[in-house]
Amino acid sequence: MKLSVLIVVLATLVMVGCQTGSDSADPSLDLYEQLGRRTGIADIVEDLLYLIVEDGRINQHFAGVDVQQFHTNLTDQLCNVSGGPCTYTGRGMRDSHADMNITGTGFNALAENLILAMEKNGVSISAQNRLIKQLVPMYPDIRNL
Amino acid sequence: MRTRINTLAACFLALVTSAPAVAGVGSRLWATGGVTSIEGSAGGGLSPWALLTGYASDEEWGGTVTLSRAGTDDYSLAVAAAGITWNNRVEVTFARQTLDLDSLVFTLKDAFSLEQDELVQDIWGLKARLFGDVLYHAWGQWSVGLQYKQNREYTVPDAAGSEKASGTDFYLAGSKLFFAAIAGRNLLINGTVRATRANQGGLLGFGGDRNDSYEAMAEGSISLFLSRRWLVGAEYRQKPDNLSFATEDDWWDLFVAWVPDRRVSVTAAWVNLGEIADVASLGNQSGAYLSLQASF
Repeated sequence: MKLSVLIVVLATLVMVGCQTGSDSADPSLDLYEQLGRRTGIADIVEDLLYLIVEDGRINQHFAGVDVQQFHTNLTDQLCNVSGGPCTYTGRGMRDSHADMNITGTGFNALAENLILAMEKNGVSISAQNRLIKQLVPMYPDIRNL
Repeated sequence: MRTRINTLAACFLALVTSAPAVAGVGSRLWATGGVTSIEGSAGGGLSPWALLTGYASDEEWGGTVTLSRAGTDDYSLAVAAAGITWNNRVEVTFARQTLDLDSLVFTLKDAFSLEQDELVQDIWGLKARLFGDVLYHAWGQWSVGLQYKQNREYTVPDAAGSEKASGTDFYLAGSKLFFAAIAGRNLLINGTVRATRANQGGLLGFGGDRNDSYEAMAEGSISLFLSRRWLVGAEYRQKPDNLSFATEDDWWDLFVAWVPDRRVSVTAAWVNLGEIADVASLGNQSGAYLSLQASF
């Protein structure tokens, strides 16, 4: 009897686990969880910033920024965009990029670094793609198009 | 965390303003140059896409060189191609196609007294991106292009009823990537409309006794990125039917492309080219296709 209950419980756990990890779960909540919640996102953003500082295509845009503040803002923003319980308190994308003249090259460089940072943190391919899907609508604002 | 961020802050402080933009192979994301089609233009294997070859983004130059080979039941096609892209705006390509007639050579010689063991044509391609971006624009990316094709040996096409040894195809292509479309994977859709008079892509000349005017042909593909390094998909290319000596079939293929790095891609496919020229009652031509591309 105990054994059969154990089997049922284990089977239920496995099924629930599969559902949680599957792509059919609530995409927004699922994405935030898959990114490792705010802590995981903070790690991704930190790795992203290390990649940016070494990237000659875009690092000049970041000279003189308050890194601590930038890290907090971007983490909050990605947390919020991925469905997490965070409030982004930074400026709007169009406003904050208006004078930066971000080129297609620069945008691609940032996208590449974000993907590499997610890969480094073991984010699944589907979660990477979902996050980028949420960020793509910002493209015209960031490029001031 | 706090200390690491402070270290990071020190790195940012050390940044020299206006550091040189080191382009490398180009900044566009992996596989966004497609692969090289058998006609030299960036696309799938059989059809040009709206994507421009290589990885040049809007402030960069880039290019590719490609060797491809298809071996069907009775023919083998070899293609050597090269292309350059400027600012993700204009693509210029060149391709030389050599179709080895293999077993057909003897039939041509014995039955038709034709001395030609291969069909060779050169293709110059020009493509311009009209607007959009395959990844970031809601409407995707749209390009127009042309392919000027010239037969280098015209004995067989002439005998087959072709009207001209050279011709130009014009096309409009649209490409769009849908992020996280299927099981969280990205889906790439391409559609192309081509105006052409070419027989078998031009390998059997241009225009014919049955039809000698331009016709619009539909081409399309659907591809799924399993990861940023692996892409699987299918392609279809409608074909005109200008020559009365043999009906011309549409082409299709199933492919898998591996893009381990921006510098290299490998594409393998199963292609079906229909009945290319049934003078010798050769059947359906299908077989394996392999293409190696290097980007710079």
